[in-house]
Amino acid sequence: MAIKILTEHINTPGIETFDVYRQKGGYTAVEKAIKTMTPEEVVEEAKKSGVRGRGGAGFPMGMKWGFLAKPEGVPRYLVCNADESEPGTFKDHHLMKCIPHLLIEGMIISSFALGANKSFIYVRGELMYVIRILEQAIEEAKAKGFLGKNILGSGYDLELIVQPGGGAYICGEETALLESLEGKRGNPRNKPPFPAVKGLYQSPTVVNNVESISNMPWIINNGGDAYAAIGVGRSTGTKLISASGHINKPGVYEIELGVSVEEFLNSDEYCGGVRKGHHLKALVAGGSSVPILPAHLIMKTANGEDRLMSYESLSDGGFATGTMLGSGGFIVFDETACIVRNTWNFSRFYHHESCGQCSPCREGTGWMEKVLHRIEHGHGSMHDIDLLVDISKKIEGNTICPLGDAAAWPVASAIRHFRDEFMWHITNPHEASQPGAVYQGEMALV
Amino acid sequence: MTESLNPVAFTPERQEKVKEIIARYPEGRQKSALLPVLHVAQEQWGWLSSEVMDHVASLLSLEPVEVYEVATFYTMYHLDPVGKHVIEYCRTGPCCLMGGEDVYGYLKQKLGIDAGQTTVDGNFTLKEVECLAACGWGPVFQIREKYYMNLTNEKVDEIIEELSK
Repeated sequence: MAIKILTEHINTPGIETFDVYRQKGGYTAVEKAIKTMTPEEVVEEAKKSGVRGRGGAGFPMGMKWGFLAKPEGVPRYLVCNADESEPGTFKDHHLMKCIPHLLIEGMIISSFALGANKSFIYVRGELMYVIRILEQAIEEAKAKGFLGKNILGSGYDLELIVQPGGGAYICGEETALLESLEGKRGNPRNKPPFPAVKGLYQSPTVVNNVESISNMPWIINNGGDAYAAIGVGRSTGTKLISASGHINKPGVYEIELGVSVEEFLNSDEYCGGVRKGHHLKALVAGGSSVPILPAHLIMKTANGEDRLMSYESLSDGGFATGTMLGSGGFIVFDETACIVRNTWNFSRFYHHESCGQCSPCREGTGWMEKVLHRIEHGHGSMHDIDLLVDISKKIEGNTICPLGDAAAWPVASAIRHFRDEFMWHITNPHEASQPGAVYQGEMALV
Repeated sequence: MTESLNPVAFTPERQEKVKEIIARYPEGRQKSALLPVLHVAQEQWGWLSSEVMDHVASLLSLEPVEVYEVATFYTMYHLDPVGKHVIEYCRTGPCCLMGGEDVYGYLKQKLGIDAGQTTVDGNFTLKEVECLAACGWGPVFQIREKYYMNLTNEKVDEIIEELSK
């Protein structure tokens, strides 16, 4: 069995309660950090661990902590990003629901490291039932002296607040999240200044993903070096993968980074293979925004090496033949899936979720959706394919936040790898627009 | 369908809840309470009328427009009256791969309404939403705080029957 840093006890009955979590060794890392370490030493362990942002960006968490400005007399904030909304991604939902104290414990350690006395967990509003679970866990931790004033007699105070969102994917972008937390529309801010200098209430702020923070108890208990020894290269530690689509065992799995895509997809420990009688056609490895790859390129790199579940291996070949680990939203498509329809669906998502602040994204996402809709529904022309590529290029890199890129990549990659399928829709409009119609032309299935 | 809007006032329990929410934030940052308080308001009235939004604005010492711009930005807030049960149906890719579109068609036919509409008996409002972060258990819809997962036509029958009682 592979090492489990986050999910070892996730199926233990009662693990959502303080007592059971404590019996399983919970909150020992808070005791160790607060009683025996300085905040700087905690930051040092995070740096040594090499743990990278698990929300999708993959930026080293310890380094991000290192950027936090510390002017005298100004409060600092830690905000946990639990606005999980990227299609294909449901790991944080699962983790918070099943083992809420893990995140609470991580928040206490991380807040202590950053010198924050008031920290927030911003949870997407749809997960109100999870918010109630977290609030209950916070009450328990407070009653046991792990939160509130003078934690464990150390003189350190911490208040933890769970903030609901209102249903907006854009609030997963950290500056949009901060705007939302201030009670405003989720319009991303221009950077610089970065949140580490001017974040929540114009104070220095760190925003980290649920999974990133949930690694901290293990890192403190075992040391950053031990964490860094797990995984492969600069992809240290483990990663939660949300697996969905045409597989036998959809769900959330914790993998050691560096497991091969082949093993993750086909072994019974994880996805259990593509559903019976079907074949792999395409795969989105890191949430809807990362480039979709055809079967042969997701299993092997262009150089013929086994593709691994790591930041580096998935991006091998750049966007020409590679993709990204992203948030770990692993969406599997068998031969019954229509790539054009799915691309239209994703583009509708990004159009719906664009905040409307930057024109390339506001106008471009709607335009791409419209063009894809007409191709899917039998009204496309050959010119539309190049038009889509053109629009996507004009959005990419031209917006304040990465939503523009996230909208452009799925469209550009679908055309890059499945152009024949788009052409078939255009040359066979009647057939292609029938419900359930799927291109049956030549393609490499695995 | 919804409680009387006049006069607009939170129930005593919700008033306490609102006070507790406002107290969470640093002095002068009560605007941060806006999203959570709007959720409490929607819990009470089912939707956010301009009277309700104005009331929330006064509680938080905000201009009414500061509330309107937020309530219209976030998709969870209902700006029109809704039925007793609002079905928020996920229309995003991974759910569709699991047959989400077919089940959605069945649900619409069963209720005799389209997205954005309410059944004549006022029992159900149908709303299309984007990804609910439950893709491994799709197709999915949500009614208030509850997720209904791995939906099939048969499950839809059961759920609608149960909620129609």
